[in-house]
Amino acid sequence: MSKFDLSRRGVLKTGAVAGAGLALPTVFTSGASAFTNEPGPGSVTLGFNVPQSGPYADEGADELRAYYLAVEHLNGEGDGGMLNTFSSKVLDGTGILGRKVEYVTGDTQTKSDAARASARSMIEKDGAIMITGGSSSGVAVAVQALCQEAGVIFMAGLTHSNDTTGKDKKANGFRHFFNSYMSGAALAPVLANAYGTDRKAYHLTADYNWGYTTEEAVRNSTEAMGWSTVEAVKTPLAATDFSSYIAPVLNSDADVLVLNHYGGNMVNSLTNAVQFGLRDRMVNDKNFEIIVPLYSRLMAKGAGANVKGIFGSTNWHWSLAQGFTTPDGTAVAPDAASAAFVKSFGEKYGFPPSQAAHTCYVQTILYADAVTRANSFNPCDVAAAMEGFEFDGMGNGKTTYRAEDHQCFKDVLVVRGKENPTSEFDLLEVVEVTPAEQVTYDASIFGGDLGTCNPGA
Amino acid sequence: MDGILLQILNGLDKGSAYALIALGLTLIFGTLGVVNFAHGALFMLGAFCAVTLSRIISLSYETIDPNRLDFLGNPAKINTPYVYDFFGPNMGASIIDWAVPLSILFAIPMMMLIGIAMERGLIKHFYKRPHADQILVTFGLAIVLQEIIKFYYGANPIPTPAPAALVGTFDFGAMLGLNPGTVLYPYWRLVYFLFSVVLIGGVFAFLQFTTFGMVVRAGMADRETVGLLGINIDKRFTIMFAIAACVAGLAGVMYTPINSPNYHMGMDFLVLSFVVVVVGGMGSLPGAVLAGFVLGILESFASTPAATSIVPGINQIIIYLVAIVILLTRPRGLMGRKGVMEE
Repeated sequence: MSKFDLSRRGVLKTGAVAGAGLALPTVFTSGASAFTNEPGPGSVTLGFNVPQSGPYADEGADELRAYYLAVEHLNGEGDGGMLNTFSSKVLDGTGILGRKVEYVTGDTQTKSDAARASARSMIEKDGAIMITGGSSSGVAVAVQALCQEAGVIFMAGLTHSNDTTGKDKKANGFRHFFNSYMSGAALAPVLANAYGTDRKAYHLTADYNWGYTTEEAVRNSTEAMGWSTVEAVKTPLAATDFSSYIAPVLNSDADVLVLNHYGGNMVNSLTNAVQFGLRDRMVNDKNFEIIVPLYSRLMAKGAGANVKGIFGSTNWHWSLAQGFTTPDGTAVAPDAASAAFVKSFGEKYGFPPSQAAHTCYVQTILYADAVTRANSFNPCDVAAAMEGFEFDGMGNGKTTYRAEDHQCFKDVLVVRGKENPTSEFDLLEVVEVTPAEQVTYDASIFGGDLGTCNPGA
Repeated sequence: MDGILLQILNGLDKGSAYALIALGLTLIFGTLGVVNFAHGALFMLGAFCAVTLSRIISLSYETIDPNRLDFLGNPAKINTPYVYDFFGPNMGASIIDWAVPLSILFAIPMMMLIGIAMERGLIKHFYKRPHADQILVTFGLAIVLQEIIKFYYGANPIPTPAPAALVGTFDFGAMLGLNPGTVLYPYWRLVYFLFSVVLIGGVFAFLQFTTFGMVVRAGMADRETVGLLGINIDKRFTIMFAIAACVAGLAGVMYTPINSPNYHMGMDFLVLSFVVVVVGGMGSLPGAVLAGFVLGILESFASTPAATSIVPGINQIIIYLVAIVILLTRPRGLMGRKGVMEE
């Protein structure tokens, strides 16, 4: 019995010592690192997760160029770009909180699983404290969820689906790029003005998340203006020849075709629609029109002359740097911030930046600014600094990072394919700058739950 | 009626591409016994022959125009194609405009060379290897080729328009007494269909009416006996591989105005073309052509809102459904021969 008693005491003692011993490193760790990948005193690592292979590789390459430029400017190299025009003046070219900015890159391949794997690798192996990038909403939503779990900030790149900051929003995720709702809200008045309020629309919609939200947004906005929707057809994401989908348009009484497509889908569907003479048709005594809700200069280049005269929307366009005159004769002065960015980017790379490059550059600067204002790399402090942050001088006019859904609200550009381009970059003309108020919506309409910030560790 | 006619027309041009690729695949399989998963890449390389020639023809020299500014506000650089200086602006513009049809002349020798290099450099080493090895190595080759193209030409589609004279639509509705404007068909797609008919006819005539073709057909039937007669059948089969590559390449060249070429376009056609070959019957050239057109037309009909509203997603599975039904009822395909891949 006594032996048993001693043994029990021994076990308790040993257990206590072992427990304390096991807890000790954790106590030190949590004290030393209160959040995931807390940077040391010398440098901080950012993770740029973009499509470097696959169909969006060119867009990804432009995003990477913008990230490199942002890193240069944050580290005090180059001409400073939009740091000179940014309304917040806390960034001084000495990195972020005195730490030199370094980076690692990953290849999303525009596949959610590959994007998550590369983001995880950058967080776990390379110690990235913030992940940014992407050219697809599916990828953005997947990586955003991963960053939430891992306890790092995700600064979305090009992602246009309502879901990213709607039903799939996360406390650790932030989006500067506009969304489908905003495209619809900005486009509808311009379309009503150009084509009238009595129109019959036929939608071809890419059969995935982004396509659905874009179709819904454009339908709601145009139907509210008096248009009707004749038919909405889902097209496979893998489709390359859209002739079979365009042929029924000829036999409908639609007088507008809305192509809710992006990337290669957009290039091919628009090319096919123009080939079939849709733009030369008269239906219901009206000229047949085509609309592409989300434009990208890189995609417009792929579609060539087929984009001429076709309306769409975009988050930003390099021509803002030069100023322009809208079709109704309104002169819009050159935007100093856009000019600074185009100059930095153009002199470094020899061509103007795309909207994907712009949003990625801005997101990197905004993250660095939030860290500096919060005086902390802790994701929760950074998120708090970003929430409700109002700023200007980043190319989109006055902008607010809404606290409720982490979506930026700013002016949206309605553009049209240029009839007489003067260069290979001069493909789109801005026809209207839609004010932020017109594209703002209630944060609750898309559902979802932001949840609470996760600092990780 | 209008809609049916239009979908048949759509199916014809889609079927033309399937038929041309499947024809080349069948030629290679029938002669060399190789399952060539790089055949889609040959279609893509043909398309990039058109892109390349278009760029060569459009090669320009730069001059500075002080009256125009570039995006940075510097005097703009104006590019003037050399052909404008060589042939005058009007003729030069016409040459650039007709770059795609001219690319046929460029693509024929290029694709023949590529075909011979592929066959002699890689594929001949896999003649006696299992089909699984052939599939792996040719699929790997396809990926290498498309990555090379992506490296040099980028990932974005490259617009390669048809000549201005062939842009526009032909009104079949008006011609057939139906409602004008309801059966419009692009001129270039019509050209593509006619081109494919001529090309397919040419390949069949070559095999049927030339001595070379007769030897090749004999070799396809009994390679050993032809070899014993002292005929170098390997050399002829290498040439057939080059011809098959050329057929795929020309299909790619002429396809560029229909859809802007990109590095991935070969893969988009590859799997469907294999289904076409299997449905047509392994080793059967007429079967490949027939199946190409039949499946192209069926795919067109399955993509109509009427079809997708009855069976959602039918547009994505129709070809495979048909393949299953045909293989269950006719295991050798529509026109398959006994003994092919049955040992």
